[in-house]
Amino acid sequence: MIAALTPTNGTPVFAAEGITKVYRMGEVEVHALRGIDLALQEGELLVLLGPSGSGKSTLLNILGGLDVPTAGRVRYRGEELTTADESHLTLYRRHHVGFVFQFYNLIPSLTARENVALVTEITDDPMKPEEALGMVGLGDRMDHFPSQLSGGQQQRVAIARAIAKRPDVLLCDEPTGALDISTGVVVLEAIETVGRELGTSVVVITHNAAIAGMADRVVSMADGRIVDERRNTERLRPDQLSW
Amino acid sequence: MISSLDRKLLRDLWRIKGQALAIACVIGSGICMFVMYRSTFDSLGLTLRSYYDEQRFADVFVSAKRAPESLAPRLAAIPGVAQMETRVVAGVTLDMPGMDEPAMGRLISVPAAGRPRLNDVFLRRGRWIAPGRPDEVVVSDSFALAHGLEPGESLTAVLNGTRRKLRVVGVGLTPEYIYSIRPGDLMPDPKRFGILWMERKALAAAFDLEGSFNDVALRLVPGASEQEVIAGLDHLLEPYGGLGAVPRSLQISHWYLSNELEQLRNMGNTLPLLFLLVAAFLLNVVLARIVAVQREQIAALKANGYSNRTLGFHYAKLGLIIAAAGSVIGTVAGAWLGVEVTKLYTDMFQFPVLRYDLAPIRVVQAVAVALGAALAGVLEAVRRVAALPPAEAMRPEAPADYRETLLERIGLGRFLSAPSRMVLRNLSRRPVRTLIAVGGIAAGCSLVIMGRSIGDAVQVLMDEQFTVIERQDATVTFTEPASARALHELSRLPGVAFAEPFRSVSARVRHGHRSRQTAILGLVAEPRLSRLVDTRHRAIPLPAEGIVLSVSLAELLDARPGDELIVEVLEGARPVRRMRVVQVVDQYMGTSAYMRIDAVQRLMRDGRSVSGAYLQVEPSRADELYRRLKETPRVAAVGRKAAALRSFQESIAKNLGVMIFFFTLFATIIAFGVVYNSARISLSERSRELASLRVLGYRRSEISFIFLGELAIVTLLSLPVGFALGWALSALTMKSFATELYRFPTVMTRQAFAAAGLTVVFASLVSGLAVRRQLDRLDLIAVLKMRE
Repeated sequence: MIAALTPTNGTPVFAAEGITKVYRMGEVEVHALRGIDLALQEGELLVLLGPSGSGKSTLLNILGGLDVPTAGRVRYRGEELTTADESHLTLYRRHHVGFVFQFYNLIPSLTARENVALVTEITDDPMKPEEALGMVGLGDRMDHFPSQLSGGQQQRVAIARAIAKRPDVLLCDEPTGALDISTGVVVLEAIETVGRELGTSVVVITHNAAIAGMADRVVSMADGRIVDERRNTERLRPDQLSW
Repeated sequence: MISSLDRKLLRDLWRIKGQALAIACVIGSGICMFVMYRSTFDSLGLTLRSYYDEQRFADVFVSAKRAPESLAPRLAAIPGVAQMETRVVAGVTLDMPGMDEPAMGRLISVPAAGRPRLNDVFLRRGRWIAPGRPDEVVVSDSFALAHGLEPGESLTAVLNGTRRKLRVVGVGLTPEYIYSIRPGDLMPDPKRFGILWMERKALAAAFDLEGSFNDVALRLVPGASEQEVIAGLDHLLEPYGGLGAVPRSLQISHWYLSNELEQLRNMGNTLPLLFLLVAAFLLNVVLARIVAVQREQIAALKANGYSNRTLGFHYAKLGLIIAAAGSVIGTVAGAWLGVEVTKLYTDMFQFPVLRYDLAPIRVVQAVAVALGAALAGVLEAVRRVAALPPAEAMRPEAPADYRETLLERIGLGRFLSAPSRMVLRNLSRRPVRTLIAVGGIAAGCSLVIMGRSIGDAVQVLMDEQFTVIERQDATVTFTEPASARALHELSRLPGVAFAEPFRSVSARVRHGHRSRQTAILGLVAEPRLSRLVDTRHRAIPLPAEGIVLSVSLAELLDARPGDELIVEVLEGARPVRRMRVVQVVDQYMGTSAYMRIDAVQRLMRDGRSVSGAYLQVEPSRADELYRRLKETPRVAAVGRKAAALRSFQESIAKNLGVMIFFFTLFATIIAFGVVYNSARISLSERSRELASLRVLGYRRSEISFIFLGELAIVTLLSLPVGFALGWALSALTMKSFATELYRFPTVMTRQAFAAAGLTVVFASLVSGLAVRRQLDRLDLIAVLKMRE
């Protein structure tokens, strides 16, 4: 099945149809997604915009194979993700998806290089950890532990970790959420560079509308639904963004 | 090349090194006990078997008064008998320089040419007896050692009333007397009891037993019925004063040894279990906390394609490494202790060599058991890792679900400060964990109590025996039952303040299909010196008619007061009588039956004969008295209470001291392990909360109260539980130590409780303070910035 998950031109990377997601949080039932249809094209940079609680993280998790929808279908390059079992989802994530989280989720007991190696050790044909860290501009910080790095640097380690496997899709959940403007820009530049140089499809979710300027396409969500979708005629460079 | 995940593992391990070490020590203690007990058991068992084989230790033993040698072929012809040897065995008194009272010797005949067919002597030094040399003897090793006797030296013995000088030509050992104890003694006393081997002809001549024998040892054909052979032997020997054959299992030395082995095995199986249970619990709690803290790391790893199995094993390895370290510590310590215990056994038991041997299989078992315990401990955490949905783990954990405690619900809440409420709610939120922590500390507490109670039980037993029951200073036993005149003479010896006679006969007592060979002790109606006393120190007067049983004998026979027994006397005219049980006396020691002395004398129809007497001695003239007794041919043995007490205390005190030390050490380890881990985890769970309080203006001492208050409550709760557990564990241990000869009282002293309580409180304090230092170093800003 995994072998079949190779790119073919013309078909979208992701195709989501009628996804809903309901989960319980304590004693409350949360309708996180209420019927989402979305497609992501090859090499596209998509920004998912929305306030917190709009369901964008849930959508991202479902696209990344971390979660399954309550109803609806998700196909990755034509392959059904919704019916895949846990071990298939694990392999899917291992070989095709790069994740970047708001709080970096680095392993504090491992250095930057080791955090990246954590991923390169289990994938076929990865970059060298050094190469990946070089791409995000951290070639001189490779032996630092997360606690010795600034927030922006930690996030760039997380990006290096996500791209070192040469993923087909990079999913970033509020990558600049915990950062100030200037650091955020550096991080977004790293994401942009990766997308451009590796031809990776990128999804960035954020509640920060300013970031939308760097996207090919901007999808706005609210209350578990897509409320708006527009295509940027011109993509801005991250250093042209302001918020 | 070490993988990044393993690197994380090693660093995680390093971060919790204190806790890991504490758990490894708890596992190590369990494994140490396992290895020590089991390897000692193995070494002792192996040595025993090969020694028995090499020296051809007999299967059945029987003594008689005097049987003609012509009976021997008939004994050998009993179906099932493979090998048989007749012997002459006689008691002698030995006049040892430097000892006022006589020592007791047992002379055993050996063939002059060749070696004994059964129960061969292992010659340690010197040479074998030369044919035709009636004065040559081989002396038992422990006796030789106690008196510094070497081959070439001589000693004076009284053989059948005649003083003879005997030349020691060799020093030897026998499987018959590995545990070499004088009948009636509590502990081996090598200074006062020795074995001597002498040529058969000379020995028989000295005791007028030429052409006769009075002792038989035999080996059975494999698969032969021991019971039938014994019945055949008893039948053939009855006319010759046969005292009833005993199988090897009841042979006194073997019987002691097998009891000892059994105890080693029981201890080796049960005690380690306690430690491993506690260790598994600790691992469970520690791993659960690590998984909770690393929730988001786990999610990130899963997001990056690490499988559940890889991650589950990653966390399991943490426990396995700790267990492996524990088994290394435990095996090394256990092997070292095993060597030491084996050394103690070489003092207590007489073996040619007692080599300590740690079988590889025991090490494998130890490691397997430790790893098994670790797996059991980590299972829950591993399951949680596998079940953790990565998407959900990205979100912060929902706030823990707290409730009002029972105390608050019944309206006592208003008496509690906010910090006190936090302490109580924390404890009651995880009742199972609190309970197990209480149980773990209680286990440590109970071990101290148990260790102490063994010592206290022995102390009570000694007090009982040497101050309540035995009020005499010495016990004199005659070679043969003597007349009343002999008693009169004895009481007129210098230094004798008072003499009280006793008459003892050996008999087989039957009740229904149960029977037991024992001694019936005839005492005066209201003894003043050696009294019949129950465990509540009440003196029991002897009834004019009927028989009184010690509780162990009554249990063996399943007899109760009012039951009728058949008593077959195995001496003299061998009368058989029906007798009613008048009373069962609750005693700690002995399997005797008691009667009034005049009733025994009537039963035996031998006038007013006595077997010996208990003496009260004027201290100033004691030396003179013992010198006179040594020269009295009729006296077979003189037991001095002071000497018996001293030898008992010496050998017991050493062993007990070592044992109590180790139990206390292990208990401390267990208590420390539990408290320290609870404290660390509570710090890890609470650091954010405690830091918030500090930011709100709480002082260090106040947040320490919340944090240490929990530990204090757990420790305090564990004390009564530990006391109860200790009492139960002691009772159980005493029960398992009980043999036919001894029953140990479960003695609970205030000192034992105090020692146990102090050990636990000390361990709690040390670990509480160790963790408090970390609490003081809490980085407020960092903790608050951290996303929980």
